[in-house]
Amino acid sequence: MTVCSKIEAVLKENLNPSHLEVINESFMHNVEPGAESHIRVVAVSEFFLDLNLVKRHQAIYKHIEEELAGPIHAITLHTFTPQEWEERNEESHPSPDCLGGSSEEQKE
Amino acid sequence: MDIEKEIQEQIKSNPILLYMKGSPDAPQCGFSSRATQLLISCGKPFSFVDILSNSEIRTNLPKVSNWPTFPQLFIGGELVGGSDIMVEMHEKGELQEMIDSVEEES
Repeated sequence: MTVCSKIEAVLKENLNPSHLEVINESFMHNVEPGAESHIRVVAVSEFFLDLNLVKRHQAIYKHIEEELAGPIHAITLHTFTPQEWEERNEESHPSPDCLGGSSEEQKE
Repeated sequence: MDIEKEIQEQIKSNPILLYMKGSPDAPQCGFSSRATQLLISCGKPFSFVDILSNSEIRTNLPKVSNWPTFPQLFIGGELVGGSDIMVEMHEKGELQEMIDSVEEES
C-alpha cells in the first residue's frame, strides 16, 4: 500500500470526509523518482465544524504519526467544512515552490 | 536548562516567534519561505529560530507544541499554526489583526 493510499484510508475512516484528496507532490521536489515525501491533503468534513485550524490539523496529524515519522518530508493540509468548501468554489491554495533544500536532510 | 523548558521560555518571551528552516534572509524550505514573507508583509518585527541549526529544538518542539511539522508560528505564547494556516488567516486579514494586537516589546 502506498503512503498516499494509507493516509487516504485512515482519514476516510476517521473524518468521514465529503471530499478528500491525498496527492503526491514529490515530483515537484529534489527526491528520488517514485518517492512519497511531499504530500498534499485537501479534506472537507463536517468533523471540522467546531474546530479551529490548529485543532483541525492536529486531528489529522494524530492519525498519520507513523507516516510523518517515516517517509514524509513535507505535508500540506487544507481543511474545510462543507460550507467553507462551497464558499471558496472548491479550490485550495497550491503548494509553494521547492527551494531545493536538501533531500539528504530528509532522513536523519 | 532542560530543553523543553527552554523552548517554553522562548515561546513565552518572544511575542511573535517563528520556528523555521533557515533564516528569513535565506529560508531553506518553501513553506518556511512563505511563512516569512507573510510575516514580513504584516510589518512588525518578529523573532525566529532556525531549527536546521538547532537539532535539539527540532526534535523537542513538536512534543511541546503537539505539532509535528515546520514552520511553526507562535503569537503571544500560543501556537497559531504552520504555513497553511498562516496563508488562510492572511487571506481573511486575521493574521494582520493578530499581529497588530501584539504589544510592542518594551
